Amino acid sequence: MSDVTTTDVAELSRALSAGEVSSAEVTRAYLERIAAVDGELGAFLHVDADAAIGAAEAVDAARAAGSELGPLAGVPVALKDVFVTEGVPTTSGSKILEGWRPPYDATVTARLKSAGTVLLGKTNMDEFAMGSSTENSAYQVTRNPWDRSRIPGGSSGGSSAAVAGGLAPWALGTDTGGSIRQPAALTGLVGHKPTYGSVSRYGMIAFSSSLDQAGPMTRTVLDAALLHEAIAGHDAYDSTSIDAPVPVLAEAARRGAAGELAGLTVGVVRELGGEGHADGYEDGVLARFQEAVALLESMGAEVREVSCPAFDLALPAYYLIAPSEASSNLARFDGVRYGVRVGDDGARDLDEVMALTREQGFGPEVKRRIILGTYALSAGYYDAYYGQAQKVRTLITRDFTSSWDDVDVLVSPTSPTVAWSVGARVDDPIAMYAADLCTLPASLAGVPAISVPCGLSEGLPVGFQIMAPALADDRCYRVAAALEAAQDAARGHRLLDELGRTAAGGAA
Amino acid sequence: MSTPSPKGQLTRDEVAHLAHLSRLACSDEELDLFAGQLAAVLDAVAQVGKADVTDVAPTTHAVPMTNVMRPDVARPSLPRDVVLAGAPAAEDDRFRVPRILGEES
Repeated sequence: MSDVTTTDVAELSRALSAGEVSSAEVTRAYLERIAAVDGELGAFLHVDADAAIGAAEAVDAARAAGSELGPLAGVPVALKDVFVTEGVPTTSGSKILEGWRPPYDATVTARLKSAGTVLLGKTNMDEFAMGSSTENSAYQVTRNPWDRSRIPGGSSGGSSAAVAGGLAPWALGTDTGGSIRQPAALTGLVGHKPTYGSVSRYGMIAFSSSLDQAGPMTRTVLDAALLHEAIAGHDAYDSTSIDAPVPVLAEAARRGAAGELAGLTVGVVRELGGEGHADGYEDGVLARFQEAVALLESMGAEVREVSCPAFDLALPAYYLIAPSEASSNLARFDGVRYGVRVGDDGARDLDEVMALTREQGFGPEVKRRIILGTYALSAGYYDAYYGQAQKVRTLITRDFTSSWDDVDVLVSPTSPTVAWSVGARVDDPIAMYAADLCTLPASLAGVPAISVPCGLSEGLPVGFQIMAPALADDRCYRVAAALEAAQDAARGHRLLDELGRTAAGGAA
Repeated sequence: MSTPSPKGQLTRDEVAHLAHLSRLACSDEELDLFAGQLAAVLDAVAQVGKADVTDVAPTTHAVPMTNVMRPDVARPSLPRDVVLAGAPAAEDDRFRVPRILGEES
């Protein structure tokens, strides 16, 4: 077959099953590309080539022996370094976990292993998933394959750069306030945040427990649906896991690709890129967004504007709730059970060792959020900050709920801007937080949302966000696949194909 | 209900106190930096106070939660040596911690 590092997983899976290519060949092709390009991109924190080839050869041997294998057997995958992986270094992008090899697998890791996928490595991320640019990693800055002077989005920027750069056929990310959708948008990928609770959080290093959600980052909508189906489903190890059947997602994507949207009602969110939105949206982003809405309309969808006034408060509510939960979750990094310990010289007591360990183990963004969360949860401020934010969250959920009376999906740009230059926002937390403007409402309400590429602005990808009611993830896939198919047909190729091998780091 | 501090009222000393409560040793440079940045962040997030939330219940979780129980049956857990292998310090099959009580105790 042609270059496997530009092939969709759906096609790769077919070729593997048909014996047209072996898993070892595919895995080697990706490892070679990682070796050639990742020095420039910085997408991976850990790659174990021998283990990956060993796993691939085991799948090939099982296939040769006539074993019954699942459709994803032998397909390589990259995991954000927030998922614990037995025996494989896992850091969550932080120095405090440097060198730690977890004694168990996250549920999603275990499910991908049992599906026969081959782990290529662990991808870079903002420390403890706090950030929108992957510049907060304690280890390295990841670069955007479309323009290496720019950021790849965050906090799953290692995963987005790996897939967009052809270093992995697909990857898992996590989304707390938009950390799957925003990096997918900024690198020309599909990224889906599933309904909260529909994918297990067991073994996912927690940032903000009521928001964190794992999900796929892929080249196509169908691939996202395939990866989502592989990781979803109830997990007794996660008390917040929803005990409901996994919706049929790949089928929804295939149906959507047929392009028929008659009977579908699409709501353009006034507060998120619709008429009368707040400032901060780039002209090129709004132009691509409006073109995509017109395309949905041309396929038979009915489009109307919907007002969700509480969405204007999603950003302040999020930046109170997430740091509050983080300040609690990160208390477990105390230098006792795992990770590093600093200053244990026999003269210092536990409190001092803990404070020194956390000083040297955490980076500035993490410290800032822990302090903010401690403040927002403290006596005297709890009601005004955290309590008020949780009530605003209820208002946001109500805006969604009342929208579903009138429309089937809500749409907006995924990010108000295209990828910005490395370093441009690092000293300005407020500017950095604004990158999540469009993705936060769905996170706070726990509803599913997908980002699908909708063209370029200034030569850089723009993402289109589709939000649906809780557990109606299939609706996101259907509409996204329709939009993807129409755009690919109009363009004559996939958007990602415009990212030539030279721009991506040049294998040649 | 308490009133949030107006902009700029989160002083360097308050940040130092919060850092102590969070078990974070911070350098002087960090305290200066955070005091300015956190004042700006607090000023921005204080917008949540604008919302009329009369009779609005807080969302504690995005999905309806029920208490989850499992049968009270013993199951194998991770082997002790595997867990202790990841610890910064271990001794006699236990996590070894720095002293907790002061010299005078």
